[in-house]
Amino acid sequence: MTRTLRELRRYPSALAGLAIIGLLVAISVYAVVAIPYGEAIRLWNGGEGVWQRTPRNAWPAWLTVFPGVHLSRTVVVSSTGTPRREVDLGSGVRQITMALPFDFPYQSFPQELAVFWDTSYTDKAPQVTLRWRRPDGTETALAEIAVKPSDSYRISSDQPLQQAVGGRPEVALFADPRHPDQPLRGRYELLIRGFLFEPASHLDAQLVVYGQGYGLAGTDGQRRDLMIALLWGTPIALAFGLLAAVGSTVSTLVIAAIGVWYGGWVDGAIQRITEVNLILPSLPILIMVSTLYSRSIWVILSLVIVLGVFGGIKGNRALFLQIKEAPYIEAARAYGAGSLRVVLHYMLPRVVPVLVPSFVTLIPSFVFLEATLAVLGLGDPSVPTWGKVLEDAYHSGALFVGQYYWVVEPAVLLVLSGLGFTMLGFALDRIVNPRLREM
Amino acid sequence: MSAVLALGRPSRQVRDTVVRVATYSATRLFALFITVVVAVYLTILVANMGGYVDIIKRGEIREAAMMRVQLDPKLTFLTPEDRSRRVEDIIRLDEQRLGLNRPFFPRSLVYLRDALQLRLGFAERMTSDTGSRLVRNIILDRLPATLLLFVTAELLLFFSTLLLSLALSRRYGSALDRLVIALAPTSAAPAWFYGIFLILIFASMLRVLPYGGMVAAPAPEHPLAYALSVLQHMILPIGAMVLSTFFIAIYSGRTFFLIFSSEDYVEVAKAKGLSSNVIERRYILRPTLPTIITGFALGLIGTWTGAIVLETVFNWPGLGRALYQAVGLFDTPVIVGTTIIYAYLLAITVFVLDILYAWVDPRVKVGLEGRR
Repeated sequence: MTRTLRELRRYPSALAGLAIIGLLVAISVYAVVAIPYGEAIRLWNGGEGVWQRTPRNAWPAWLTVFPGVHLSRTVVVSSTGTPRREVDLGSGVRQITMALPFDFPYQSFPQELAVFWDTSYTDKAPQVTLRWRRPDGTETALAEIAVKPSDSYRISSDQPLQQAVGGRPEVALFADPRHPDQPLRGRYELLIRGFLFEPASHLDAQLVVYGQGYGLAGTDGQRRDLMIALLWGTPIALAFGLLAAVGSTVSTLVIAAIGVWYGGWVDGAIQRITEVNLILPSLPILIMVSTLYSRSIWVILSLVIVLGVFGGIKGNRALFLQIKEAPYIEAARAYGAGSLRVVLHYMLPRVVPVLVPSFVTLIPSFVFLEATLAVLGLGDPSVPTWGKVLEDAYHSGALFVGQYYWVVEPAVLLVLSGLGFTMLGFALDRIVNPRLREM
Repeated sequence: MSAVLALGRPSRQVRDTVVRVATYSATRLFALFITVVVAVYLTILVANMGGYVDIIKRGEIREAAMMRVQLDPKLTFLTPEDRSRRVEDIIRLDEQRLGLNRPFFPRSLVYLRDALQLRLGFAERMTSDTGSRLVRNIILDRLPATLLLFVTAELLLFFSTLLLSLALSRRYGSALDRLVIALAPTSAAPAWFYGIFLILIFASMLRVLPYGGMVAAPAPEHPLAYALSVLQHMILPIGAMVLSTFFIAIYSGRTFFLIFSSEDYVEVAKAKGLSSNVIERRYILRPTLPTIITGFALGLIGTWTGAIVLETVFNWPGLGRALYQAVGLFDTPVIVGTTIIYAYLLAITVFVLDILYAWVDPRVKVGLEGRR
């Protein structure tokens, strides 16, 4: 074992593979520690309520390090901290005037504009007038609306406003008059004048200027931070791959050893089942089960193991047939070892080292199997996985629209896990099977 | 006398060989048929686990019966009680007709018989190109597209990797050889995965090849133009399959040939001064042929399964995409039917492999098969 490890050092690809696996494990540990599972699930399935203040389809913000890439960031201004003026107009009516100022230093336009209201009243909703003041002092009237509790005013999708300013508001309201394709940089203000008709009612506003870039990974079409799925996808992928590989390899080994040792009808039956298993279309069956019964990742995992149990019997049989005739087995029989003891303690340990390489290379194939099911729309709906992200991207037409980051990020992680395990497995194969080494 | 013997012996030998190969094939065919029956039955069992399919069927029958009674103008004069009795009658008759009231075991046998005769029932929502709702027609519509794409790709891959791995095994250690070894881990990702990247690069960014589909829309009228359009649409899916299997196939092929070319009989042939061409053909390829064929068949089996996602990614109108659409529409008969067809495809592949085996494996020809 230590010799194997020492020999591994001679293979750069094995070291690279180990490094990648180490990185993935580190990401997994970080994900599990930083975002508890329940929290991750809540965030991922939160819908609009959780992700109101993040932009939709935002690129990773760090891409601005490349020259020529400009991505505006999200700005959130709340009225709670800003000064306001209240005038009592008598008979319970108050006029509130407040300004939401913010700096916009970016070279690209915002993606969207929205105002979220926080208000309370019993009968008559507050009435507000909104104006927009730009750094050069010009003002634009936005809208006059009645505010309802936990309501929002999406400036970007205000049709009358779009016609009034002649274009998309988030562009028209920011454009530099001299260079209409560039935003004017400086201090903007959203001016709110509201009428409150009840003494007890209050009014607060929050302006969100959605940026074009967000975080390390960007966001998806539902405004969710992709980082959550990428982070949590790692431990899920590793666990799925590892458990499926262990489950199917170990059970296959035991069954093959039992068949070879006992021979006769046991062996015959196992071989017949292997033949049936070869004809069973495993992916269609997985698809059928996840459509008709359950998409839970655990159900799929157990089914993958069950379908894989009889997959590798043939190769293992050949190995065990050789071992069965070995003198040390005979010696074990001679001192009175029972059949089960011979199978479990003498035959199995003998083949394990030979099979470690193929076991390692098997792991990513299950990782990709999970991704495959997810891409077909059959992934566990509540669990964030890389495959789910790929599927969302694919179905939102990310490739057609050019939102490449959405596809590339999960894909890179999938490739990394594939390469890591495969490179390590190939190197192990050459160490454990010396016949390959001089080739 | 001796002349007669000399003439008679070879023809008898040929006859014996043919008889042995035929017997072997017939036995294998029979065994395989039993295997197919078991596999299809298992598929049905899984599909109807807990009577899930039955529940769907019952719901459908009820729905149809209620619609029929409601829409029938002759029945409008009935009282509500009469009408509901009428609905129950229709439901009972329909369930009897479809065998839903029988216990599970005989009912599953009915399903098995239907499935083996490819009577796969009616689709719930999907239709074939000609508008038929028979699952069999839907599948037969899609099968040629799948066969065209995947058999082409598999044959292309098989022969190119065979030749290349033979060539590489002759000069192992060269730069090309090392490059192939370095690229072998690319096989970790399945074809659909590379497909997404190929679409990203060649369709989305460079805009030189189509995103997917089988022919341009509208389809060209001239047959030649049509064929060219299909070819153009095949480039990316085949490219994806090549990326995911090419290097690992060459790598394992070359390793395999290397191991065989260090056998004693190859050394003897070399010592005799035979040309490398003859050595390759007679001393390396010939004895390894059964293994090579097994590899081909296993590759094809893998391809059938991979087809589902690859066709979905490339919008290829084949069997896999039909299955994907059926999943989206929750069209149970199509899902079960496609799964059964896949079982048949796998069985046919295994059978063809067996027949080829009988022809190329000398142990079958000389009658050592039983003692293998």
